[in-house]
Amino acid sequence: MRRLAPGAALALAGCSGPLSTLDPAGPGAASVAALWWVMFFAASAILLGVCAVALYALRRERRGRGLDAGRFVAGWGVAFPVTVLAVLLVIALRTGEGMLPKPGPEGALRVEARGQQWWWGFTQHDAAGGPVHTAGELHIPAGRAVDVHITAADVIHSFWVPRLTGKLDAIPGHENVLRLRADAPGVYEGQCAEFCGLQHAQMDFRVIVHPAGAYEAALAALAAARPDPSHPGAADFAASCAGCHAADARQDGAAPNLAGLARRGRIGGGTLENEGRESILLWLRRHETLKPGSREPSHAALDDAALSRIADYLETAR
Amino acid sequence: MSRTQPGVTGPATPPTEPAMSPLRRHRLLDAIWRTPPGLGRLGAVNHSIVGARFMMTAFVFFAIGGILAMLIRAQLARPGHVFMPPEQYNQVFTMHGTVMMFLFAIPMFEGLAMYLLPKMLGARDLAFPRLSAYGYWCYLLGGGFIIGAMLAGVAPDGGWFMYTPLSSSTHTPGINADVWLLGITFVEISAIGAAVEITASILKMRGAGMALRRMPILAWYFLVTAVMMLVGFPPLILGSILLEVERAFGLPFFDPARGGDPLLWQHLFWLFGHPEVYIIFLPAAGVISTVLPVFARHRLVGYNAIVLALVAMGFLSFGLWVHHMFAVGIPHIAQGFFSAASMAVAIPTAVQIFAWLATLLKGRPRLDLPMLYLLGFFFIFVNGGLTGVMVAVVPFDWQVHDSYFVVAHLHYVLVGGFVFPLMAGAYYWMPLVTGRMPIYHLGRAAFWLIFVGFNLTFLLMHLTGLLGMPRRVYTYPAGIGWDWLNLLSSVGGFMTAIGFALFAVDMLMQRRFGRHAPRNPWGAESLEWSLPLPPPSYNAASLPPVDSREPLAAHPGLGRALAAGQHYLATPRHGWMETLGVEVVSGRPDQIILLPRPTLLPLWTALATGLCFLAMLLKQYWLVGAGAALVLALALFWLWSMGMREDPAPLPIGHGESALPHPGVASQPGWWGMALLLVADGALFGSLLFGALFLWVVAPGWPPPALLGFSPWLALLALAGLLGAPLAGALGLAALRRGRMGACAALFLLGAPAGLLGAGAVAALPLRHGAPPTSHAYAAAMLVLALYVALHAALGAVMAAYTAARCGSGHVSALRDLAPRNTLMWQGYTALCGLAALLLLQFWPWMAAP
Repeated sequence: MRRLAPGAALALAGCSGPLSTLDPAGPGAASVAALWWVMFFAASAILLGVCAVALYALRRERRGRGLDAGRFVAGWGVAFPVTVLAVLLVIALRTGEGMLPKPGPEGALRVEARGQQWWWGFTQHDAAGGPVHTAGELHIPAGRAVDVHITAADVIHSFWVPRLTGKLDAIPGHENVLRLRADAPGVYEGQCAEFCGLQHAQMDFRVIVHPAGAYEAALAALAAARPDPSHPGAADFAASCAGCHAADARQDGAAPNLAGLARRGRIGGGTLENEGRESILLWLRRHETLKPGSREPSHAALDDAALSRIADYLETAR
Repeated sequence: MSRTQPGVTGPATPPTEPAMSPLRRHRLLDAIWRTPPGLGRLGAVNHSIVGARFMMTAFVFFAIGGILAMLIRAQLARPGHVFMPPEQYNQVFTMHGTVMMFLFAIPMFEGLAMYLLPKMLGARDLAFPRLSAYGYWCYLLGGGFIIGAMLAGVAPDGGWFMYTPLSSSTHTPGINADVWLLGITFVEISAIGAAVEITASILKMRGAGMALRRMPILAWYFLVTAVMMLVGFPPLILGSILLEVERAFGLPFFDPARGGDPLLWQHLFWLFGHPEVYIIFLPAAGVISTVLPVFARHRLVGYNAIVLALVAMGFLSFGLWVHHMFAVGIPHIAQGFFSAASMAVAIPTAVQIFAWLATLLKGRPRLDLPMLYLLGFFFIFVNGGLTGVMVAVVPFDWQVHDSYFVVAHLHYVLVGGFVFPLMAGAYYWMPLVTGRMPIYHLGRAAFWLIFVGFNLTFLLMHLTGLLGMPRRVYTYPAGIGWDWLNLLSSVGGFMTAIGFALFAVDMLMQRRFGRHAPRNPWGAESLEWSLPLPPPSYNAASLPPVDSREPLAAHPGLGRALAAGQHYLATPRHGWMETLGVEVVSGRPDQIILLPRPTLLPLWTALATGLCFLAMLLKQYWLVGAGAALVLALALFWLWSMGMREDPAPLPIGHGESALPHPGVASQPGWWGMALLLVADGALFGSLLFGALFLWVVAPGWPPPALLGFSPWLALLALAGLLGAPLAGALGLAALRRGRMGACAALFLLGAPAGLLGAGAVAALPLRHGAPPTSHAYAAAMLVLALYVALHAALGAVMAAYTAARCGSGHVSALRDLAPRNTLMWQGYTALCGLAALLLLQFWPWMAAP
């Protein structure tokens, strides 16, 4: 987009947005957006041309009866589309080829993404090789190729960060690899793009892009962010939540990893904005109405004091 | 009317009979062809009645689908809107797609083809009127079944594409998915039936002299569409059967943990699903190729090029299905191939678009109501076609796949490519159906409401998709640029709905208050406009000779000549329902086809079929067996009631020519029916082989050595039975040719135990080594393969016994040999499938054997 003339930029004001494919922030999305604008103007010209001919034909006082219909159909119906499509196919294949996860000189960073009803879990490894598990947020460095190895735990999902690149499905029994690269640090929204059941709409995630130099430190901070074990809520958490949730980024679990929950922007795959303790408490109290059908069991057996202690405990993980 | 032109009238009227007035001829023919009133209407088999029923029922389903669309737009009008809970929203959007695709578009085509074809081709009815009636009842019952489930709150909720594992019993435990799988398969019976019917009728039942090259262009479109349905629907039927078997009995075809693959479902679904798009578009394109020249006042430019283009589209459309799967992780080189094929299909489309434009340019177009809708088509469909090329571009599709961009694209293609042309067709042919002319003002208002509303809804939706909104979300957050787009789309949606309501009102008004239409009100040149309006039950009092592509242009007085009985089959005899059969290519008359009378049999058979499906839904499998036995019994009774007990002699048909009644002719509709049914059946078997080979290639560790069992003796036994049956049949047919009826009956009777032996042995093969079919997809696939062959061999045994009985009852002779020939065809087909299945069943075990 930045390559376009400034005049066009005005028309594109409506094209920005946190999930907009027309507001690219990485080379994959940028090459597709460029392709889109080429196709958009060419297609508009063809559409207007066809409609203009149809309307022209309705005019009474016109010439055209002498039209050589055979040449008209052969030229516009065969030669013209063959030419246009051949050019388009070559451009399309080259663009697609450029987006594939190919080995390069610098080597791509490997991360794993796992879709399940209805959240995304991510696993990556720090410099020492230790695993770092996160949920709903993927942390990557800017300016470096990242290969996302995508799997699914239950049904088919699809991993899509529109501002960075196209989507790729998460399919049970398969592992797909998607090449991501973000030009600049920032927060990029992602979402599940394949219908995956009741709460498909609430299966968002974020890609948090750190400056290249700060990435290792960010990963280390993530790995270290766990709640205060001496907090009175720790016992409640261990009794009621720890069967599924880990509160330690080094451990995986059947439910979203909650280490560093307090720093996450959202709760429940995009159901709630995370505005601190109150949001966590709201989720604990009302998740069945906020996101009906999720695998999280009812907390009716816990009294309000226990829920508050758990919220406080999770809030300590900074 | 006296016979003033004996040379033309010919001996159709026996010389002893006095000249017949058109009124008397009408009374005689109508007494033979009309459908009894009251409850007798339930037994209707006439193509006009069944075709109109299909179209009216499809329109009701269109209204239901439209209401569902409005519920969707109400939910999405505002961010975070709580109009429906997600479980309801998921049912609503699943049902919208399902209803529009399976219960509206396809049946609407079937109804249109059934209604128009005999009138356009110069026949009195279709080849298998009772099959059309059976198909209609299956459609109505299957559709009612699905809508009933929706009203009960257990509608399918996994999307109209039903991707597994979401639709598996683990993730969709209720009956919602079963309703879809069983209901749609039930409806597909009518689609296969209609495809056989339409293909056989176009090939065999035309006016005398209507060679293929003289067929109205619409018949070409319908022919290609019907053949595509024969080949395109079976993969979906197979997929539905496999998924239902997986859900009900745990046979793992799609479960990756047990050697299956969820992608197999996607391949089978889109192997059907993409041709489906062209199955919907082609008939509507045919309507354009028919209606546009009439209002352009110029013959269609490029008839030959268009026929070529649509045959090319038919072939190409089967090579594009993977473009629905660009995001599943298929190698880029393969995606490139399907991308190129998807773009290539734009070329035959462009040929048609520019042929239509050339027709407009060469002619003197007039802007009547149908033409207005055609102009709407041009804008909307070309737009949809262009975005179609865009989504065929692989990297672009990686971005917009499963986003609202695709929702916009598919509505431009389907509404532009189907609904707009059909509305043009509705205004064009309503005078034929009702005998009344359109009322212009309402039709224009409806057009503008629909056109503006549609574009408001869907043009903006392209941007919604590009801004990242995914499909099938029941809600979305505010403030990310989607709010105003969705609100305007909802406003446009309601505008469109009002337009369609106005269209429906207009149709009713026209039927009630429209002024009476003169014969051929539009000055068209195809045969349906030679009929009196509305046409009588028997269509034409005599059947037309055809010597040009535009018969009414060549013979403006044809309509009166037909009514006066100057042409073929003008005089009823023996109360027979007669129409003309022709040679496929030349169109020369080769038989008199005698059609069956109205009967309740199709209704009863459809009810028994419905019982099977209902029992399957309720998991009462004994009742499934009972229902299937009932269907078989009814089918045998149905078949038994047809045919002749003595050899027919050639009878005069008019114009000094004569022909045999069809029971004495080799190329009779019944033979075509069986051959076409086997084409569809072969596509089903081919899909099954594809599935097994796909899993072999894709799934790891396939087949598992522990499950392999090599049983040479059992395989030989199966081979003996499967090959023995057609061998006995072939010898029986040879005996019949030499006039030895007794030997023929005995040999066919021998085919019954041979078939049963083959069925038993082949079914025993996969079970012999004790691997439960639930353990692995290999065992499951081999069992289904064996059961497919066993079922065919068992049915072949029934047919062989039936043929022997027909020999005994005097229905068969060296001339009347349809039953033995069709049985032999079935047995031969079964033997071929059996050979392929045995190869698969025993090849791996043989390779693995020590």
